[in-house]
Amino acid sequence: MEDDAPVIYGLEFQARALTPQIAETDAIRFLVGTQSLKYDNQIHIIDFDDENNIINKNVLIHQAGEIWHISASPADKGVLATCYNKTSDSKVMTCAAVWRMPKELESGSHESPDDSSSNTQTLELLCHLDNTAHGNMACVIWEPMGDGKKLISLADNHLLLWDLQESSSNAVLSNSAALEGKGQLKFTSGRWSPHHNCTQVATANDSAIRGWDTRSMRQIYYIENAHGQLVRDLDFNPNKQYYLASCGDDCKVKFWDTRNVTEPVKTLEEHSHWVWNVRYNHSHDQLVLSGSSDSRIILSNMVSISSEPFGHLVDDDELSDQEDHHQEEKTKEPLQDSIIATYEEHEDSVYAVEWSSADPWLFASLSYDGRLVINRVPRALKYHILL
Amino acid sequence: MSGPLPGPAEPGSEPPGGKRRPHGMLKLYYGLPDPAGEAQGGLAPGGDPGGPTDINGAHFDPEVFLTKLRKECSLTQLMDCETDMVKQIRALDSDMQTLVYENYNKFISATDTIRKMKNDFKKMEDEMDCLAANMAVITEFSARISSTLQDQHEQITKLSGVHMLLRKLQFLFELPARLTKCVELEAYGQAVRYYSKARSILHQYQHMPSFQGIQDDCQKIMANLAQKLREKFRDGGSGAKDLAECVELLLQLDEPAEELCDEFLSHARCRLKAELEALEAELGQPGGAPITDILEFIDRGCNIFVSNMCLVIASYQELFVSREGMQGITRMAQDKLVAFVNSLMETYFSLVERRIQLEKGVGDNSLLVRALDRFHRRLQALAKLLPASNVAAEGTEIVVRAAKERIHQYLLALQSFYQDCLTDVRQSLAAPRLAGKESPNLAELLGTISASVLNQIKSVLTYVHLFTAKDITFSNKPYFKGEFCSQGVREGLIVGFIKAICQMARQFCETTGDKGGSTPPAVLLLLSRLCLDYETSTISYILTLTDEQFLVQDHYPITPVTSLCAEAREAAQRLLNHYVKVQGLIISQMLRKSVETRDWVNTIEPRNVRAVMKRVVEDTTSIDVQVGLLYEEGVRKAQSSDSSKRTFSVYSSSRQQSRYAPSYTPSAPLDTNLLSNIQKLFSERIDIFSPVEFNKVSVLTGIIKISLKTFLECVRLRTFGRYGLQQIQVDCYYLQLYLWRFVCDENLVHFLLDEIVGSTAHRCLDPVPMEQSVIEVICERG
Repeated sequence: MEDDAPVIYGLEFQARALTPQIAETDAIRFLVGTQSLKYDNQIHIIDFDDENNIINKNVLIHQAGEIWHISASPADKGVLATCYNKTSDSKVMTCAAVWRMPKELESGSHESPDDSSSNTQTLELLCHLDNTAHGNMACVIWEPMGDGKKLISLADNHLLLWDLQESSSNAVLSNSAALEGKGQLKFTSGRWSPHHNCTQVATANDSAIRGWDTRSMRQIYYIENAHGQLVRDLDFNPNKQYYLASCGDDCKVKFWDTRNVTEPVKTLEEHSHWVWNVRYNHSHDQLVLSGSSDSRIILSNMVSISSEPFGHLVDDDELSDQEDHHQEEKTKEPLQDSIIATYEEHEDSVYAVEWSSADPWLFASLSYDGRLVINRVPRALKYHILL
Repeated sequence: MSGPLPGPAEPGSEPPGGKRRPHGMLKLYYGLPDPAGEAQGGLAPGGDPGGPTDINGAHFDPEVFLTKLRKECSLTQLMDCETDMVKQIRALDSDMQTLVYENYNKFISATDTIRKMKNDFKKMEDEMDCLAANMAVITEFSARISSTLQDQHEQITKLSGVHMLLRKLQFLFELPARLTKCVELEAYGQAVRYYSKARSILHQYQHMPSFQGIQDDCQKIMANLAQKLREKFRDGGSGAKDLAECVELLLQLDEPAEELCDEFLSHARCRLKAELEALEAELGQPGGAPITDILEFIDRGCNIFVSNMCLVIASYQELFVSREGMQGITRMAQDKLVAFVNSLMETYFSLVERRIQLEKGVGDNSLLVRALDRFHRRLQALAKLLPASNVAAEGTEIVVRAAKERIHQYLLALQSFYQDCLTDVRQSLAAPRLAGKESPNLAELLGTISASVLNQIKSVLTYVHLFTAKDITFSNKPYFKGEFCSQGVREGLIVGFIKAICQMARQFCETTGDKGGSTPPAVLLLLSRLCLDYETSTISYILTLTDEQFLVQDHYPITPVTSLCAEAREAAQRLLNHYVKVQGLIISQMLRKSVETRDWVNTIEPRNVRAVMKRVVEDTTSIDVQVGLLYEEGVRKAQSSDSSKRTFSVYSSSRQQSRYAPSYTPSAPLDTNLLSNIQKLFSERIDIFSPVEFNKVSVLTGIIKISLKTFLECVRLRTFGRYGLQQIQVDCYYLQLYLWRFVCDENLVHFLLDEIVGSTAHRCLDPVPMEQSVIEVICERG
């Protein structure tokens, strides 16, 4: 079982922003936002043809500025939100906006890469998330599994809840909360929990993690000193409602039970520099990806704290004969947490890793030098989990 | 008788052997063999011995003989034969005459003798008759005398019997008076002897009133005596010997042995209890200090309590156990004694243990060992006296417990000593900094701490070694020969201590890890070096020392030196990694703050190197000095001498150049692969928070890597104006001027600084780089 080689795609610009097209569940598609101060920034729509191992791309011009964060609507394939830098009068401001891509690009196109440069298309602006009163936007988060009408943005020390109205052409600030405290508090990252009817949001500022209730906009838990230094990213376990992963500048990935936040459930210390990104696999939550500025991506198998601590459970009636049953019992022993693979295709710091929303065994990672790498979970492990 | 014998033989001269010959012939005649005759016969002309021609033979036939002679012999021969024959006949005649004479004489003398004897016997017969008559008379007289004397003899015998009886009676009658007198004189032994003599008789004749009276009197007196004896017995004042005498007398008076045993023991118990109480008083108030030192305490216990106990046991055994004719009670008495001894010894042991537990001082323990030795030795004597009790085993058990406890205390003491050393180090590191003087020499501190810890270990080993000294009685117990040495001292004490050191080292890394380091980095560095020293030499030295002093003879599993060394090395590595991390973080924080808090778009044209960079270089230099005190220089990669002068431009890296080129050519996967391969030629992957080696250069490289990488990441998050970029250029050049000398591979610094400047240029709105000459001027100005 030889694993497929990773597929590498190079962007002309530096890039930090990466997201899967969440609403798309059939095709493997990622969106990448570039960072360039001199030229028009782009959003690359990257289609991956799994069968032929080929990447097809489309480029959209994002003229508003360099993209720091990008997120796709969970309901509408064509809608996405970006946080971008706007430079005017030697002032740099990070703003956020919701965009719609041209209809024909929504489900990807398979035109040849050669002539794509000639007819680059532009995004259609749906609405701005007005942040003049709140400061720089760090990120925009869509309500998961929602109808694409609700989103949250983090602006300096404010947590803003927006309602999109009039077919997303108008964003109304429906609720907000502010972080109070000494010093300049600044949100770095946030994540919307898919559990509890989507009423919980976790945010990170400095070395702390906070949980918020979106109905009351009150803080519901607080992990002080979650990491030794800055917390860079968070993710919720898609199958276990109280489990949360975090990563930060202390080179660690930590797993928390939000009901008891005094100690992390598990800690991984495999990276040799800051960990910028951590992501649970959407269907098999034992698979955890982390990307770091040591240019590595690490895929870990956190079986012991996953929703399937004994491996994938097969119903008894699915078993046809005694032999299968025998094998099943063997795999039911508790599995060990382990590092599955370390991916070293990147040359520069990796600021984003994302699982594909269509294929649970596939993920993309993006390094600062504009290199996007598409990798797969090793086949052996895939079959081990499935069988 | 000399009638001529008709025969041809002529009488010849007598042959020289003629005297014998007639005898020989006679013998021959009577049938006796005569060798001479045979020879003669052989020579005879007849030549036929026994035959009819043999002249000497029994069947001689003269006719045959003569005929033969006539036939065979010549005349001369016949003549010779005749002479010969005549000679022989003559000789035989004279012989016969001699014999006849001799026999006749003999017969006559014999007849005379017989006649004489006949006369003598007649006389004797008369005398014998006379004797017989006299004897009969004597016998008659004797019978008459004895019959007259018989009566008197019987009377005399009877009289002497009466006399004896009377004497006995007199003794009996006098007995009460004698006993009273004896009692008065306190000659109890005598009294008992008298009484025991008379007792059976009195008992036999008690049906007679007079004897009854005597018996009553005696019994009264003896009861009185017994009473007195018992009083004396009970009276505490009398010594063990007196007591023994009392018991002996009482036993002779048929007092019940069991009761006596009990009484004896309860009496002994009283005295021993009192001694124990005195001993307990010396323990002092609970919680307070003991009044006397342990040796004195044990001495007192041994000399008073144990020796008295021995005395009691000995006298008891003499009285009750090993006594003749007391087999019935021996077993009971023995059981009683064992129970008695065990219960008292238990109290004693608990006292001793309490006292041992008070012995908390962790210094010299020779007093304790001597005390234990004495304690143990005395118990041996006691155990020898009474093998049935388990005091010896329990005593050994106590000693073993005390030894174990001691080892534990020493381990704790060593640990707290080590902690104190660390506290001292921290204080001495903290104090001079307040005074503004230069920091204390780390190497000296390291020397002090490792020497003092080693000394402490050595002295503890010496103390512990006392337990196994040759002159200590319990040192040849199996526990002290085996388990004590290996499990106790080696594993429990030394290995335990080394493990504790490593454990503490690890704790320094863990507890302070997230909080940013409450431990001064210098301490981390120092401990790391200490652990490394332990790994390289100290551990094996200490263990060799231990193994030499305590020859381990048993087969308990022991921790090998290598695993301890590995543990120490791991601890050293972790500490050093942690040190690098902490120091790197301190510098990182400075750099991060300096980048994050500045408005890089609207900054003024750089005139100076920013103060923070100078601070970074200063801190790095002081770290370099600090590490240099403890760790070797380490290996550098070959470097060019003019590296500090190296110019580096904003666009020095080719790949950055490629990015600046405005190309909208779509990059196919193939192209990027090629590109990445080209890029790989330029740089190796750098692990930022990676384990460092045990040398100065590696440590400094680690710290600088962390710092510069942080700088890079922070720069990438900001947007710069023209002067912002120029400021970063200046700062980086300055860093390059000063940092290259600390690292093992200056290319690493160059690479990271290139990246920083490159990234800054990339994040710059108006990337106009500063002239290299201007940068150099600014940096050289300070």
